[in-house]
Amino acid sequence: MRKNSYFGEFGGQFVPETLMPALLELETAYEQYKDDPHFKEELRYYLTTYVGRPTPLYYARGLTEYLGGAKIYLKREDLNHTGAHKINNSLGQTLLAKKMGKKKIIAETGAGQHGVATATAAALLGCECTVFMGAEDVKRQSLNVFRMKLLGAQVIEVTSGTQTLKDATNEALRHWVATVRDSHYVIGSVVGPHPYPTLVRDFQSIIGEETKQQILEKEGRLPDYLVACVGGGSNAMGLFHPFVHDREIKMVGVEAAGCGVNTGQHAASLTAGSKGVLHGALSYILQDSDGQIIPAHSVSAGLDYPGVGPEHSYYKDSGRAQYEAITDEEALEAFQMLSRLEGIIPALESAHALAYVRKLAPTLSPEQVIVVNLSGRGDKDVETVSKLLGGRARE
Amino acid sequence: MSRIAQTFTNLRLKGQKALIPYVSCGDPSLEFTEQLVLKLVEAGADLVELGVPYSDPVADGPTIQKASQRALAGGITLEKIFQLAARLRSRMETPLILMTYYNPIYRFGLERFVSRAQEAGIDGLIVPDLPPEEARILKQITDPAEIDLIFLAAPTSTAERMEKIAALARGFIYCVSVTGVTGSRENIASGLEAFLAQIRSHTDLPLAVGFGIKSPETAGKAAAIADGVIVGSSLIERIEENLPLVKDEPERVINEVCAYLASLKKAMGNTHFAMN
Ligand SMILES: Cc1ncc(COP(=O)(O)O)c(C=O)c1O
Repeated sequence: MRKNSYFGEFGGQFVPETLMPALLELETAYEQYKDDPHFKEELRYYLTTYVGRPTPLYYARGLTEYLGGAKIYLKREDLNHTGAHKINNSLGQTLLAKKMGKKKIIAETGAGQHGVATATAAALLGCECTVFMGAEDVKRQSLNVFRMKLLGAQVIEVTSGTQTLKDATNEALRHWVATVRDSHYVIGSVVGPHPYPTLVRDFQSIIGEETKQQILEKEGRLPDYLVACVGGGSNAMGLFHPFVHDREIKMVGVEAAGCGVNTGQHAASLTAGSKGVLHGALSYILQDSDGQIIPAHSVSAGLDYPGVGPEHSYYKDSGRAQYEAITDEEALEAFQMLSRLEGIIPALESAHALAYVRKLAPTLSPEQVIVVNLSGRGDKDVETVSKLLGGRARE
Repeated sequence: MSRIAQTFTNLRLKGQKALIPYVSCGDPSLEFTEQLVLKLVEAGADLVELGVPYSDPVADGPTIQKASQRALAGGITLEKIFQLAARLRSRMETPLILMTYYNPIYRFGLERFVSRAQEAGIDGLIVPDLPPEEARILKQITDPAEIDLIFLAAPTSTAERMEKIAALARGFIYCVSVTGVTGSRENIASGLEAFLAQIRSHTDLPLAVGFGIKSPETAGKAAAIADGVIVGSSLIERIEENLPLVKDEPERVINEVCAYLASLKKAMGNTHFAMN
């Protein structure tokens, strides 16, 4: 066991031997390029001129006044090209794949956000892209399937297992096993075997790095709380990681409680799961007493995953971060709350973070500062929410 | 000497190659699996792999995925598989190898898992998602329990990795013959001979070929250059095709699977084959 593939007891490389050489190759390439000035400059070029970074850190006055407590800032990842933080990682990994001489890109996707982001990066950089998506999700998100096709990607409908994100990930891994010599798998969150959790974290850390600089400019000090939703955990890790050594800052990851953590219909791996191996890493997962994976449930497709990145499991057990769970219903309320108060329609994923802030902010004083990661915009969710609310937005 | 090592030694002395069928435990019922294994041994199986069905089998193609789902839907559990193994062990000396993904072992508890396997008379363990890097802790438990932890080598494995695998392996080395998942449609790579020669340069352990065996012809080709042949998906396909029959006429289905196994055995140039 090489120490650097673990975060405490979590992480590792639980994958078929066929993939091990590719993971080692990826690790070596990443070590070589991550501090390479040309690589960094090229990535920075695309992030600024193409993605639109830096994203604003916006003082949400309306929300702050409404909740009547701490001052709330929104990190506007929703303003990125393709509408979420996912592009930071897709672009970084696709660029790295090209440096490694691999021009075939594989990705998995749930709602389609990571699929669209990766298809976009592949189109930009001239790579061939294959996206695996569960048949259930293909039905629920047909517009995103069309988007990916417009971008030139091939979308493969996955009919195995529960036909959702977990099975799309299995199928992407299987496809990678068969095509590993000339393909790179762009995993969509801080999950999977080493080096993915580290690599994705580093590509997403730009969120926290910018936040740090921006909040110092605006407030002259660091925030008291960082809040972000946690599916696999990449937007949260991207915000948290640059602040990890600022011990006085509280970090809160918000998972999906679905119908409630006691109902068995949820996606709260850290809150209500147990230790196990899923998709190549040891972490908290949803499983039964025989180690079979239990399907997750959340109204938000991006959080609908029965695992979480190993570094979050490490933060949970070490106490560095705190993890809370928000129900579908609470997220739907927060979705409408932000739309009305700020004129920003958030992604349902991000609405989970906002729902927690709605509880937290009133318990704090006006001198305290919360930064929430607004990981994505809600355009993709408008139809879902309209159906759930019976077409009636709250007056 | 372990039952696995002894079996390969005996076969080698007779100039024969090992035929190793893989069954998915509980597909579609535990009783069926039990009868099937007993008959497979009569039909010429030299070792048997008992597959533990898993919800997320990333190294498996559609055939074993579906078999696993049928078995899980039928209520299969690890405890039932250990009991099945113990019943089989009381009736035969054929080496029994559990093939399971790592999470069921981890969840059950490594020590507890190995001790239950030992009690049940299991001889070896294959964990397709446990590369040498992650195997140290489990190996510290299987070694003293005299359970052979069997490693996989892949066509993508470098010489350095083959060395690592050879250093840890016991029983035999599972040589994955295609760059892909089980049940692969791809033909056995033309490079198989070179791949086996490369592994051979790192170890004296028997080499068994698996993942691409789907006909007497492929079994014969593999047997000509390896010490053993592992066959899973193409056996299970014969169960899958006959599922409506399984309930009322299980013997008919079992006979068909066994006849297929015997045809592989024959193609492998061995003299001993089907009794019935
Ligand atoms: C907008 C948005 N936020 C959050 C997530 C959850 O992923 P992660 O926890 O990796 O940030 C997704 C995933 O699709 C997403 O689209």
